[in-house]
Amino acid sequence: MNSQSTPDRRRHILDLDDWSAEELRTVLTIGTQMKDVLARPVKQVPTLRGKIVVNMFWEDSTRTRVSFELAAKALSANVLTVGAKDTSVKKGESLVDTVRTVQALGADYIVLRHPHSGAPYLVTQHFRGSVINAGDGRHAHPSQALLDLFTMHEQLGELADKKIVIVGDVLHSRVARSNLWALTTMGAKVTLCAPPTLIGPASYWKATWPNVTISHNLDHAAEGADVLMALRLQHERMEGGLLPSLREYTRRFGLNAARVALASPNVLVMHPGPMNEGVEITPDVATGPRSVIETQVTNGVAMRMAMLYQLAGVN
Amino acid sequence: MTRVIIKNGCIIDPARKTATVGDLVLENNIVQEVIDFAMAPTSYGDEAQFIDAAGCFVTPGFIDIHTHLREPGFEGKETIATGIDAAVRGGFTTICPMPNTNPALDSASMIRQQYDIAARHSPIHVLPIGTVTLGREGKVLAPLIELAEAGAHGFSDDGAPVWDAHIMRQALLYSTMTGRPVMNHCEDLSLVRGAAMNAGAIATRLGLSGWPAAGEEVMIARDIALAEETGGRLHICHVTTAGGVALIRSAKARGVRVTAEVTPHHLTMTDRWVLGNMEPWDGKGPFDPSRLPPYDTRTRVSPPLRSADDVIALIAGLRDGTIDAIATDHAPHTHVDKETEYANAAPGFTGFELALPMLMTLVNTMQIDVVELVARLTLGPAGIVDVLPVALGPGDPATLTIFDPSTTWTVTPEALASKGKNTPLMGQEMRGQIMLTMMEGQIVFRRDNFGVVSRREHGGAVGKLAGVFDEEE
Repeated sequence: MNSQSTPDRRRHILDLDDWSAEELRTVLTIGTQMKDVLARPVKQVPTLRGKIVVNMFWEDSTRTRVSFELAAKALSANVLTVGAKDTSVKKGESLVDTVRTVQALGADYIVLRHPHSGAPYLVTQHFRGSVINAGDGRHAHPSQALLDLFTMHEQLGELADKKIVIVGDVLHSRVARSNLWALTTMGAKVTLCAPPTLIGPASYWKATWPNVTISHNLDHAAEGADVLMALRLQHERMEGGLLPSLREYTRRFGLNAARVALASPNVLVMHPGPMNEGVEITPDVATGPRSVIETQVTNGVAMRMAMLYQLAGVN
Repeated sequence: MTRVIIKNGCIIDPARKTATVGDLVLENNIVQEVIDFAMAPTSYGDEAQFIDAAGCFVTPGFIDIHTHLREPGFEGKETIATGIDAAVRGGFTTICPMPNTNPALDSASMIRQQYDIAARHSPIHVLPIGTVTLGREGKVLAPLIELAEAGAHGFSDDGAPVWDAHIMRQALLYSTMTGRPVMNHCEDLSLVRGAAMNAGAIATRLGLSGWPAAGEEVMIARDIALAEETGGRLHICHVTTAGGVALIRSAKARGVRVTAEVTPHHLTMTDRWVLGNMEPWDGKGPFDPSRLPPYDTRTRVSPPLRSADDVIALIAGLRDGTIDAIATDHAPHTHVDKETEYANAAPGFTGFELALPMLMTLVNTMQIDVVELVARLTLGPAGIVDVLPVALGPGDPATLTIFDPSTTWTVTPEALASKGKNTPLMGQEMRGQIMLTMMEGQIVFRRDNFGVVSRREHGGAVGKLAGVFDEEE
């Protein structure tokens, strides 16, 4: 939904809804190169030397924040991370106000994590540099989807016609939405699996992603899957009638060894983290032989470097 | 004796369902005669004054039964004075401010104050709506009889629903002593809590919390059942869903005393507008989509913009009379109220000055006839808040609006008199413009020198304007 839709002109990365397969392949290639950089004794290249990257994290996050910090530092940028708790947001400072301040301080890039869907779009209207969406509400989490795509591509090769099952709280998941864009663009067959209260009417999804499969039965969905991706179940979902109990959820929708056995022998078990082990995934599966959950974290730094690298020419 | 001739306009009389091209003769602020152009005399005598309305429609003054003037309490958004200025520029001569002010209009003195402030500023009719419950809290009935005696033309807790079904039932019963309608903002709070936009494909894609159509329909159904049982007079504010229209249609067929209104934006915009510039716009509208980014808070309104199917059902409901009136729900907000995250932004659009050009897109695309449209802006709302007569026939007051359907203009902050500049149409070119508004013979708004005719022109070869000149020249 950016007005900058061609790869060489892209100024922000807010969502993957307007990325072509070619553009996704390009960023995967850059990611491979960045992964090589990170394997060197000196894990740094000068791409962003003299540039200022401000991580604005208006929501708690460990892995995404640290991953973006490492990525920017590996590209030699000056990095500053501010959180809502240690800023004037407490005093009622608005997002736009903060952005103007960060701009006046000389920032070239803003990496924004925000609890409200659409917040990065507001930021682009008040910031002359580049904005990377590090997760906005339920809407999008492009860096997570790109690192997921990279991990799948690295392990499985071409993703066309691969069966990808995303199970969990799809309704509230920005990870699911961004993965949907990236995976369907690459030709993968995506199944979203969740209780109806955590996904809503199927037509709401099929209008945008006509080829997506909606399932309420993980035993059926898992059959022959090439990827089983579990999403984090927020504990507060028990409120408001979305779920009667965690136990019931785990029985029907938890990833366990029996369900992994239904999938392809080469299935990848994935999770964007942080995990509730024993709820959406059992500990043996999370650390088992099919799990690539730690690889996802490692690849995250490389892909975030690739994202910053892609924008580097624009500023 | 003053004689004013509005010359060569297309005079629409919704009461008689007529459209006559010709001259409207006003005498002592009263309509004296409508003369077909073929029958028009060559001279009206030396004393007559003229307004040249060639190419324009001349209609009774518009009536808006659902507006927010924000005074007292929110004068940064609008005042009664600036609201009136905007209203007359939108062709309205009667407006009904909703009582969600601070303090709320829940006492006779608050109602009288609205009249006093408005009268100091303008002769147009400002007919306030009183609250249903004290403080709009939904708990204790407001003194409905006293409110009506002070001049409240209806009762509403608008901005919030009367959520308690028992209180709604009592209000419908008690209000029968006043003859005034209970106007409910139908929104089941348990279904729409936290909702930022219409539930559906777009909300799912954007990750915004959805407001299901059922959140409106559940309460419309409840209120219809209560009105049917009590015989109370029910008005449904801003219906937005196909299901809501169907409920009202069947209730009317059973003889339930229910009326309904719809806003210009719900008739012309869909939830795709929240997506911004990527999707094609519904209705093949004449607008430039690049001016609207995704998540633009200027598309946030309550109730939210709905689906294309809903829009089609609303237009059908307007045409078949299920929906009696068009009301703007003019909801001015400050820049700061809107410059924030989507779900945090104040809902509402500035309405008065954009209503006519928005609605003319329906006429221009043949979705509604202009006489029908004018009826829903005049006769329909008049019946709900009991202001009559609304006609342009001999003996009717010279309360009228003249608009040019073909003038184009660009929406800019400066072009709007309202303090509220909050509209997703900002920057767009609109077709159709109010040129002159007259209240009981007095011109309360005149754009530039609209309709002024000089003796010099008269002296030239302006055949169609024979006999027309301006006194001042």
